[in-house]
Amino acid sequence: MTNLFNYIDRPSPIHRLTGATKFVCLLLWSFAAMSTYDTRMLIGLVIVSMILFTVGRIHLKDVSFMIGFTLVFLVINSIAIYLFAPFHGTEIYGTKTYLWGLSGRFAPTAEQLFYHFNYILKYLATIPIVLLFVCTTNPSEFAASLNKIGIKYSIAYSVALALRYIPDIQKQYHEISQAGQARDIEMTKKASLINRLKSASGILIPLILSSMDRIEIISNAMELRGFGKEKKRTWYMGRPFTATDIAAMIGCAMLILLSAYLAHVNGGRYYNPFI
Amino acid sequence: MKKFGVKSIVATGIGAALFFVLGRFVAIPSGVPNTNISIQYGVLAYIAAVFGPIAGLLAGIIGHFFIDFSYGWGVWWSWVITSGFVGLVIGFLTAKLKIDEGEFGISGIIRFNVAQIIGHLVGWGALAPVLDIVMYGEPANKVFIQGLVSAGVNIITTAVIGTLLCVAYSSAIPKKGSLKEEE
Amino acid sequence: MEKELLLEFNDFGFQYNAQAEPTLHGINLKLYRGERILIAGPSGCGKSTLVHCINGLIPFSYKGEMSGSLKLKGTETKDLSLFDISHTVGTVLQDSDAQFVGMTVAEDIAFALENDCVDDPKLHDKVKEVAALVDIDDHLTHAPSELSGGQKQRVSVAGVLVDDVDILIFDEPLANLDPATGKQAIELIDKMQEQTGATVIIVEHRLEDVLHRPVDRIVLMERGRIRADVTPDELLSGSLLKECGVREPLYLTALKYADVKISPDMHPSSLDKMVIGDADKAGLNDWYKSVEAGSVTDGKSELLRTEGISFTYREGEKIALNDISVKINEGEMTAIVGTNGAGKSTFSKVVCGFETPDKGKVFYKGDDFAEYSIKERAEHIGYVMQNPNQMISKVWIYDEVALGLRTREVPEEEIEKRVEKVLKICGLWKMRKWPISALSFGQKKRVTIASILVLDPKMIILDEPTAGQDYRHYTEIMEFLTDLNRQGITVVMVTHDMHLMLEYADRAIVFSDGRIIADDRSYNIITNDKIIKEASLKETSLYGLALKCGIDDGTDFVRHFIDYERKHVREDERGGVYD
Repeated sequence: MTNLFNYIDRPSPIHRLTGATKFVCLLLWSFAAMSTYDTRMLIGLVIVSMILFTVGRIHLKDVSFMIGFTLVFLVINSIAIYLFAPFHGTEIYGTKTYLWGLSGRFAPTAEQLFYHFNYILKYLATIPIVLLFVCTTNPSEFAASLNKIGIKYSIAYSVALALRYIPDIQKQYHEISQAGQARDIEMTKKASLINRLKSASGILIPLILSSMDRIEIISNAMELRGFGKEKKRTWYMGRPFTATDIAAMIGCAMLILLSAYLAHVNGGRYYNPFI
Repeated sequence: MKKFGVKSIVATGIGAALFFVLGRFVAIPSGVPNTNISIQYGVLAYIAAVFGPIAGLLAGIIGHFFIDFSYGWGVWWSWVITSGFVGLVIGFLTAKLKIDEGEFGISGIIRFNVAQIIGHLVGWGALAPVLDIVMYGEPANKVFIQGLVSAGVNIITTAVIGTLLCVAYSSAIPKKGSLKEEE
Repeated sequence: MEKELLLEFNDFGFQYNAQAEPTLHGINLKLYRGERILIAGPSGCGKSTLVHCINGLIPFSYKGEMSGSLKLKGTETKDLSLFDISHTVGTVLQDSDAQFVGMTVAEDIAFALENDCVDDPKLHDKVKEVAALVDIDDHLTHAPSELSGGQKQRVSVAGVLVDDVDILIFDEPLANLDPATGKQAIELIDKMQEQTGATVIIVEHRLEDVLHRPVDRIVLMERGRIRADVTPDELLSGSLLKECGVREPLYLTALKYADVKISPDMHPSSLDKMVIGDADKAGLNDWYKSVEAGSVTDGKSELLRTEGISFTYREGEKIALNDISVKINEGEMTAIVGTNGAGKSTFSKVVCGFETPDKGKVFYKGDDFAEYSIKERAEHIGYVMQNPNQMISKVWIYDEVALGLRTREVPEEEIEKRVEKVLKICGLWKMRKWPISALSFGQKKRVTIASILVLDPKMIILDEPTAGQDYRHYTEIMEFLTDLNRQGITVVMVTHDMHLMLEYADRAIVFSDGRIIADDRSYNIITNDKIIKEASLKETSLYGLALKCGIDDGTDFVRHFIDYERKHVREDERGGVYD
């Protein structure tokens, strides 16, 4: 992996949106999907997100690796919830309908399964949008976008620097750890936790100390080229908003309103079919 | 308090990059199957102690955001925010330390560790679970147990790695004094 | 018409807050528009501090006490701001990776303009214009990882030129480049000077390489003072360079061995233009004939052998090693040379077990190395990284050296014995109770070598052992390695440095595009035109000198020169170099 973004340059209407728009939409969308547990809205979001995914011309094989991670994470989390709170659903929905005649500490209830169904829907409604953002946003434009939506340029530039130096640091880490292995400094060996951590520091100390030098030189280089001079700055990769951008952002903002409206109608975050 | 100048901006970026690389690609098994130790929190505490609370806050948020992002599983905001919060708290509570002037003795080590213990306990033991419940509607006992386990592991990690990093950095700063050769 | 005075130091001095003594004293220096100045001097002479004073990092980023006066275009720099100065003075730093802050070429070039709030269309136009000037306009969307060292440097130059500066500073522009690219860098600097009319300041200790293109003056510094501020011809005629620990061009060293007296009217700053009288030519010929050829003893028994190694980092990528078969005998001192990406480092990584070859085998003393883990290989072949800071993880020298033994759970009494022995070999015994932070770069390098030697390997591979070092430290490190070699350690050095290869390696293995294109005596390699071109090396000026003086067998001349140095010169210099 050379870059965190999996940018795929394949022109589409989604690609044409500015990075700032996509970032705002990502935030609004995930906030809407996060706040609501209304099954109908979640199903709607899943369908729309799948459609947008195709509009962005991203193929499943482009992101199969990321989807794999996500599914594993989703399964582990669902199991954890079930183990820790097998009756979370019944608390939320206020009824207890045992299924298949079973009963006991881990017996399945319709409410619990419905809660899990909603929980999974939340993921399915967000994942395509995150993947879409990762694949259609040019990382160079990302920092410019942050500044554009009102985040201070100093912070936006920290983000840009992180993206810029991740591959370098990754490479350096790799080299240091190889040289360390020759001296038998390894993190993964069987040993007590404390010893494992101590031996990790054998690799981290050189990495961090050389990063300190790097920080010093980079800040010199930036100051020598006038960084921090003015209250604002322009961005080579910045692009102006178009009507489509505005429309996309308004559309996503409406989702938040919809979520709030549904919460009002349902008398809470949850849509309850059991009453 | 440490000023947020160009150097802190760069430190934030590089700190976030380190947080990301260590969190994403470096796996130290914790002993419990399928769970790894997050050594990046040791580095985050170090960055916060040397460059201040704002650098700690931002490096935590940006680094953690990128990790979630690169897995594609959606951004788990409650934990992203908590990572930033831990950096912020440690940065605040260690603001008086002068590690970059080569001072990090016993009292410094104690202060640093008290700060990180408070940061991790409040962050993972309270803030993250509460956010999980409020934002995602997760069951309380699951998230509190998860949070307390994370707090414990992160405290141990930071106590070893963060402390060693601070000691190494403070002693790498040349101090005036006479060094004598010995026969 | 008198040229415009741009910069004036008047009895200037500077002391860093953390330092007990001033770093610069009594500096008097004038720089005029359009001049080319070379600032030379050993490490710690104050040349970096002087550069920081010119570009404004002093006093704005590094705090300290200034005395005397420093005027930039008539105004004291302390009354300006760092940003004002950045419009007049542009700096190209030595570390082109750190200077490259943008995610792509275009963004990095645009950086200064963005900070100045320049908006489109001027922003894009100017980037295009400057990129074309340094000939990087075909790579605008490339990330730094996709560029070569020379290309990154071009981007850095462009990033500074967008500001229309009056003074251009190049801080050690040759440090990270292979010899041929270094030559191009000097040509680029020359071209930029002509096109912009700016004043150019080059800080470099590799005098001969910089003089590939003419400079007006050389400012020689030592211990915070200016020792000389004269034309290159004058400086090269005297002995000041040697006194200050800066290396003179090799062709002049050769002439001096032959007792030829150098004077400014001979134009010694350029071998091409240099006037060498017939008497002097005859003198050189006589000297050449008088030198007894030394003998090189080849290693006897085979230590390491590779058979048909091929390796590719990632599927679909360019092949990094292509059918490499080579043999290294016990007791040899060998250089591996070639451009970045030619496969030199990959080769060492495969030998040490960091990477597993796709095809082929590595044999150590006849045993198949494939069955050895990284850790086991390290007990036979040690690997020393270029930057010692990337290897050091302990505060104290003793602990650092003992680390590899401790992780191997060797009993503490034995550790003590072995560490003591190796610290003595490496000349570190007297400093065993020091913190590593108190050491110089060269001493740190010795600590890392010691920490490898303590595992008792038969062979060590060093990546760029002398990169960025001045002549004194270079000599110190190399003499140390020669010493180790005499004690029976086989030494393999991966390097860009032609001097190092010529002077210290008996044998050179040349990599190009993943293949070995030559494997011969160093003096044969460095005088072979075809190999030099193919592998981006640089011909030694000794060869040119030989031809110029009517010596037909230039290769043999180079060989005699090296033999003479080994026998007569370095032996004398060696005493106590690394105390």
